[in-house]
Amino acid sequence: MKCWVGGLAVLGPGLPGWTGSEPILAGAQPWMPAEPAVPAPAMLPPTERRRTSLAVRLALAAAAEAAAGEDAAALDTVFASSNGDGAVVGAILEALSDPEGTISPTQFHNSVHNAAAGYWGIGAGSTRPSVSIGGHDDTFAAGLLQSAAAVVARRRGLLFCAYDAPLPPPLAAARHTTIPFATAMVLRPEPGPAARAALTLRYVAEPAEASPPGEGLDALAAENPAARALPLLRILARREAALLRLPLLGDAHLEVAVEPC
Amino acid sequence: MHPLSITASSVVCALGAGRAALRAALHDRRGGLRPSGFPGAPEGIWLGCVPEVEAVTLPPALAGFTCRNNRLAEMALTTDGFLAAAEAARERYGADRVAVVLGTSTAGVEETEQAYRRRDPASGALPADFDFARTHDLQALPRYVRARLGLRGPALAVSTACTSGARTFLEAATLIEAGLADAVVAGGVDTLCRMTLHGFASLELLSRGPCRPCAADRDGISIGEAAGLVLLERAERAAPDTPLLLGVGASSDGHHMSSPHPEGLGAVAAMRDALASAGLQAEDIDYVNLHGTGTRANDAMEDRAVSHLFGDRVPCSSTKGWTGHTLGASGALEAVIAMICVEDGLIPGCLGVEQVDPTFRSDVAIANRAAPLRRVLSNSFGFGGSNCSLVIGRALS
Repeated sequence: MKCWVGGLAVLGPGLPGWTGSEPILAGAQPWMPAEPAVPAPAMLPPTERRRTSLAVRLALAAAAEAAAGEDAAALDTVFASSNGDGAVVGAILEALSDPEGTISPTQFHNSVHNAAAGYWGIGAGSTRPSVSIGGHDDTFAAGLLQSAAAVVARRRGLLFCAYDAPLPPPLAAARHTTIPFATAMVLRPEPGPAARAALTLRYVAEPAEASPPGEGLDALAAENPAARALPLLRILARREAALLRLPLLGDAHLEVAVEPC
Repeated sequence: MHPLSITASSVVCALGAGRAALRAALHDRRGGLRPSGFPGAPEGIWLGCVPEVEAVTLPPALAGFTCRNNRLAEMALTTDGFLAAAEAARERYGADRVAVVLGTSTAGVEETEQAYRRRDPASGALPADFDFARTHDLQALPRYVRARLGLRGPALAVSTACTSGARTFLEAATLIEAGLADAVVAGGVDTLCRMTLHGFASLELLSRGPCRPCAADRDGISIGEAAGLVLLERAERAAPDTPLLLGVGASSDGHHMSSPHPEGLGAVAAMRDALASAGLQAEDIDYVNLHGTGTRANDAMEDRAVSHLFGDRVPCSSTKGWTGHTLGASGALEAVIAMICVEDGLIPGCLGVEQVDPTFRSDVAIANRAAPLRRVLSNSFGFGGSNCSLVIGRALS
């Protein structure tokens, strides 16, 4: 399966958007840990904008950055997240375990896993098909595999966004996600002027060799399922060729061959 | 798209385990909704509950996946010969060539609800035996089914609210089309939990009795639980009369998080996309199985969308009066219902409806009708403005 990567986005600690992060990801500038500023989505009406949670803000900021300069409303979308909106889900679980607790209608509709995708449709004015998926620790690889398959099968451009935010206690102790992180990329079935690299993907039903724990910027990968994108983002920032192996399902992996355009 | 054959299917819902129970109830017009006995549910509602699910045990090696949702998945796997059909596909194609794509809106969150009640009173910590990854996590469902079937292909959890089950048919077709799989176990599993019951209660969308989709006096949804599984493969060599997935269409409303577009533009787009992907025209559809939740807004919107495309020429109905709205499983459950309708030439008229909403313009059936059905369109719509339509038919002899 082959597709081409165009617009890119990243948002996480010390990674303030693709443009600002590209030299850091490429290793040309040092990475400095810093809380990411996650903007309220300008694409939404003010009433909706104010109420958006961190998870939705992460997703929309990354999706909007990757689709900048594109006809965003014309892109199919894949939104991948392990935890969804854990803050909302956690608040509902608290309310349900409290005899006096109540759930608000807004909380409930924001608890669905496709809430970020729904807000994207509203904000971008898009009626294109959108799918939201989960994949625990392998959410990024699972989303990339499904996105590439959709690009190859349907021969259309697609916006793929992976995002996750930390969960509130007590869920936080049951699901390790300590930082906010989001990334997004526009994938196309053919090369074009905006193409940065070609990706050739292969599902391999054998486990990937365990990679040693990263340091500095690379250590973020262990702190958020969406940050498992970092090895690919670094290669794309360096505009280098590489062969990556992203773990999937414990007994398989996604092989990604990157060739810069 | 290239048609896919539905070589096996299995269903568990409030009408019982297996297609035979579902088929008999549809013909006999016996509904499965009952007054709620679910612990901690809102007062005065009716549910489509599968009581037997609580007694199901998972195989010892996979006991860590135990939760209501995976128990329901296990019931479906061991019903209607699904396990044997999936094993045959594994032998035929190889374990790495059979994928799993399953939809759910809440996975095992019911387990988390129970864990919250067992929190440490001092620290608030969840009990040590709570297994987030294998119950609460969306991926718990496809992981369980993949392990249970001994498969090694890609596995994906789809969660697009109430279109999840239908949407897996599109993602499964994508995997086959892209060459990543030769067969896919697709469908949806969603179980009762307090989160969805109280959530829909907060929206004031729950009916006080069994739901009555399309009725003039309809007053909301009855929530149900279900598992619907299908085995999809390329249809080139499908035997005559094999049920086929002929087309899938999807769209987004881009309008509101929990209210459908009043004119049903997204619904129309999904139905049009499904027809186009099947290479069919509106007149090729013989029956529409509606999303038909029983809320004022959904059913009115859907009538506008359906009558926009089909006028009053195509009979339509919702089967949620039998099963309740099974959320992320509904699209898969209703795909199996569509297969039964095609096989039996059955149009199951909406249950418990005395008078159709007089403002509706489509042909809503409220009694069972017999008619030859070549192709059925099945609709699913969900929060976040998610829409998905399937076209189900069969290979012509």
